[in-house]
Amino acid sequence: MTTQALIGLEVHAQLLTESKMFCGCPTDFGAPPNTHVCPVCTAQPGVLPVPNQRAVEMVVRTGLALHCDIAPHSVFARKNYYYPDLPKNYQISQYELPLCENGYVLIDTDSGPKRIRVRRVHLEEDTGKNIHGGAGAASRIDFNRCGVPLMEIVSEPDLASADECRAYLQKLQLILRWMGVCDGNMEEGSMRCEPTVNVIEPDGDGKTALVEIKNLASFRAVHQAVDFEIERHTKALTGGDETIRETRRWLQAEGRTETMRSKEEAHDYRYFPEPDLMPLAVDEALIEHIQGETPEGPDAVRERFVSELGLSEYDATVMTQSVEFSGFFEEAAAQAGDAKAVANWMQSDFARLLNETGTPLAEAKVTPARLAELVKLIADGTISSKMGKDVFEAMFESGDPPSKIVEDQGMSQISDASALEPIIERAIAENPDAVEKYKSGKKKALGALVGQVMKETKGQANPAVVNQLLSQMLDN
Amino acid sequence: MAANGDFSLLERPAHELAALLDSGEVSSAELTRLALERIEALEPSLKAFLTITPEQAREAAEAVDSARARSESPSPLAGVPIAIKDNMCVDGVACTCASKILESYRAVYDATVVERVKAAGMPIVGKTNMDEFAMGSSTENSAFYPTHNPWDTGKVPGGSSGGSAAAVAARQVPLALGSDTGGSIRQPASFCGVTGLKPTYGRVSRYGLVAYGSSLDQIGPLTTDCRDAALLTRVIAGADPRDTTCADVEVPDLAAALTGDIKGLRIGIIQELMTEGIDAEVRGAIGKAAEALEDLGASVGEATIPHIDYSLPVYYLIAPAEASSNLARFDGMRYGHRTDQKASGHIDMYSRTRSEGFGDEVKRRIMTGTYALSAGYYDAYYLKAQKVRTLLRRDFEAALEKFDILISPTAPMTAFGIGELVDDPIAMYMADICTFTVNLAGIPGLSVPCGFSEAGMPIGMQLVGRAFDEATILRAGEAYQEATDHHRRVPEITAKEGLS
Amino acid sequence: MSITRDDVAHVAELARLAMTDEELDEMHGHFGAILEHFARLAAVDTEGVEPTFHPLVRRNVTRPDQIRPPMDRSKLLANAPSADDECFLAPQIMEDE
Repeated sequence: MTTQALIGLEVHAQLLTESKMFCGCPTDFGAPPNTHVCPVCTAQPGVLPVPNQRAVEMVVRTGLALHCDIAPHSVFARKNYYYPDLPKNYQISQYELPLCENGYVLIDTDSGPKRIRVRRVHLEEDTGKNIHGGAGAASRIDFNRCGVPLMEIVSEPDLASADECRAYLQKLQLILRWMGVCDGNMEEGSMRCEPTVNVIEPDGDGKTALVEIKNLASFRAVHQAVDFEIERHTKALTGGDETIRETRRWLQAEGRTETMRSKEEAHDYRYFPEPDLMPLAVDEALIEHIQGETPEGPDAVRERFVSELGLSEYDATVMTQSVEFSGFFEEAAAQAGDAKAVANWMQSDFARLLNETGTPLAEAKVTPARLAELVKLIADGTISSKMGKDVFEAMFESGDPPSKIVEDQGMSQISDASALEPIIERAIAENPDAVEKYKSGKKKALGALVGQVMKETKGQANPAVVNQLLSQMLDN
Repeated sequence: MAANGDFSLLERPAHELAALLDSGEVSSAELTRLALERIEALEPSLKAFLTITPEQAREAAEAVDSARARSESPSPLAGVPIAIKDNMCVDGVACTCASKILESYRAVYDATVVERVKAAGMPIVGKTNMDEFAMGSSTENSAFYPTHNPWDTGKVPGGSSGGSAAAVAARQVPLALGSDTGGSIRQPASFCGVTGLKPTYGRVSRYGLVAYGSSLDQIGPLTTDCRDAALLTRVIAGADPRDTTCADVEVPDLAAALTGDIKGLRIGIIQELMTEGIDAEVRGAIGKAAEALEDLGASVGEATIPHIDYSLPVYYLIAPAEASSNLARFDGMRYGHRTDQKASGHIDMYSRTRSEGFGDEVKRRIMTGTYALSAGYYDAYYLKAQKVRTLLRRDFEAALEKFDILISPTAPMTAFGIGELVDDPIAMYMADICTFTVNLAGIPGLSVPCGFSEAGMPIGMQLVGRAFDEATILRAGEAYQEATDHHRRVPEITAKEGLS
Repeated sequence: MSITRDDVAHVAELARLAMTDEELDEMHGHFGAILEHFARLAAVDTEGVEPTFHPLVRRNVTRPDQIRPPMDRSKLLANAPSADDECFLAPQIMEDE
């Protein structure tokens, strides 16, 4: 029996606003418990919510980046359920008429690019946090996170494997960070993911019941849990076992899922339009304003790097790993006049040093202009590529311009024939064996002579010029 | 302390007291002292208040007196004491909503209206009794005690703002704030013989008003006459960045609009509210009032609101649905009552807490509201009600194109006996049959005294206007009051209750 | 539409209201009476009629993304039925959500 997995992902992303969704409390992470709270976010009697304009704009910006339709009329709704971390015992969210609908995310798969449809993107508020006190003990409730703006991005069940889920999440993370709307940190919970999984028999009627998986705190956990569920469902389908619609919890330590609650126990959220809030009407003017401050998306930039700058697909993907990286690249490439060379530097030595020193790109002392200057110094033969590596390291450390480093350390290349000739003559005189071999047809023997010259000049000789002079002198 | 005689001061409307304060004939400290004494004297028989705040009131009075001494130009009602319904937050003061679940709660901030009342220099003397969470029409649903009607202490004052209405009727205080979701200002105003205005939805900020039906609730004044209602509305109304449902519409000088001239005003009597369901005595009084308005130069015709018959189901679906969600926050977690019983987890704690903390009527409305929103019923109940609401709104729009204002009885009856309707919730709902339809439409409604029953109980006339046109109903009400004296009559209790 | 006593019990559970048998009976009776009134709405033709969720419609009423000082924690905790110096305390939370 052939089977096919249908996986949908529901992603919650905390928006990078200064203040909360419906009150002016700060959103930053890590403050002492209940110090970022006020009457509104602790649901004191009589308070009313007032929506954060920036949060609305961030969702629209995300919607545009995900190729969504932006709703001209959108409403907030109350999702009613009781839980201690939810002080109003309803969450202000969106139900019918979300801000954005019908978009897609492009992911790379083994069989080429694939479109994963995005059903909706909507705006809601986060809950507080229960600090569990252990078995039988009281729970402590901290409302600092309560009311932080949250964006929910729901995909269609277009994902077919755990690998595709990872690719989708990585792409989404890239886009959210690129757009500056979310820091995309799964471990800290600023980006959370809940997959729904079932398996069908594409050639028949067979299918398993849909499950939702919770408690996933990393990309790895998502991958493992989805794999586990696909296998469980496939076994059930091929074995003819019955499955039930339920919510399951991922147990990281045991590497398996377990039942959390069945559909019968599912909540009846009693959604209704939030009477305390007015509808949102995103018009052309607002969309234009948002577009004006939205950077070109990673897919478009990547395409441009290939078509306009002649990068390979691979290089273009690496150069668009973040908005900062691509911006740095583009600026350096424009000044250097050699995009390929800049791309090489950025994915080799530069990436390695950033990684080794744990330096974020924004804090690196190397600027696009200096990297461009280095590329030019190599191109015009002032220094060799090999010397360039040393210059780059020095530049990474000190932040000095490459020309200054070359000058300070006397590193400029010797290309002047009159300066090199005596050294070459000496090398020929001191290595009769190599000369013999060369003359007998073993052209490789020239390497030893070049090496001798490079050694004598402490690497400053221009190897191309040395090669040329040596051949001239030996061949005559 | 020469209390005797001075009490007659409190029988004067606030705008007259303001003139006396202005001319220095009386101080705010003196007025506030009188009000506090009168409250103390009458409370045993009225029970209009849940909390009295003498120290805060005295401090505020002294502050406004010394500001006046420094010739700072005070607002028109500066120095006049006021009472606040106990569902509005006054920072540091109990805010119980007449519920056991909030018995221990102290508000942590000022409602916008309270902020404005304080800024206007009006001493707050206390918080008034009400039906629990504003759900009721008699103030018998207070978890603490019922309030008695000053005209007959065996009768209810109406509700849910029964404490505010009784306090003003008994001249314990010249002004009070109430809230009105389905008639909770106008109906008690009618039962107690005072003036009550429910402004247009969005005219007054709801920030700090403990929500009952969010799309219906409005705060408004209870006063002895229309001029006071105009002045007090001006103090509390206007845009508020903390309430997105509060309109960004300028508030006109309402008192200046009270010209006494209603010549040519087109008045429609709502026919559906003049049928057998309404007491004959009440209908008679409305008929006479209409004649009086005609005598003043208005033209009176017949108006119709065809869908009014559906307003009871529409109201009792929408208000409880919103309430079921609004009252979810009372769970014993962050404030208020929490069960003493050992709970097996948070769900059990919530259920026991809420069961102990809420009274029967609140539970009934939470239950019907929860049902109306629950899976499978939303379309047939909640959504359907909101659509019929549109039809009702259109009825009013059409009627208010033909007429400048509409009139009707405020309530189908005069105040009934305490205990008379408590066992029949739906009969009790009928007490608001003339008023909740105005909340559903979101337009302003005013109740003015227009006569007395044979048993000596006050009757109220409701005047309904176009959205944001409180000025016209207040002008008509004031012109009517200039020509009549029902609103000047004071219940006997004020004389006999040991005030000398 | 009629409603069973079990339906009423389910609604009570949704509303987090613990009820005794007598209370459930009484509530069941009330539902019977009020549902009769609600049923009358079915007769109203609302084809093509938009609901009135807000009596007054404004759009895009928002606030700028600006921080306002939070409230003193002790003032909020003072109202709590159970709290320590930092947090509100809940009885043991059953894992559910």
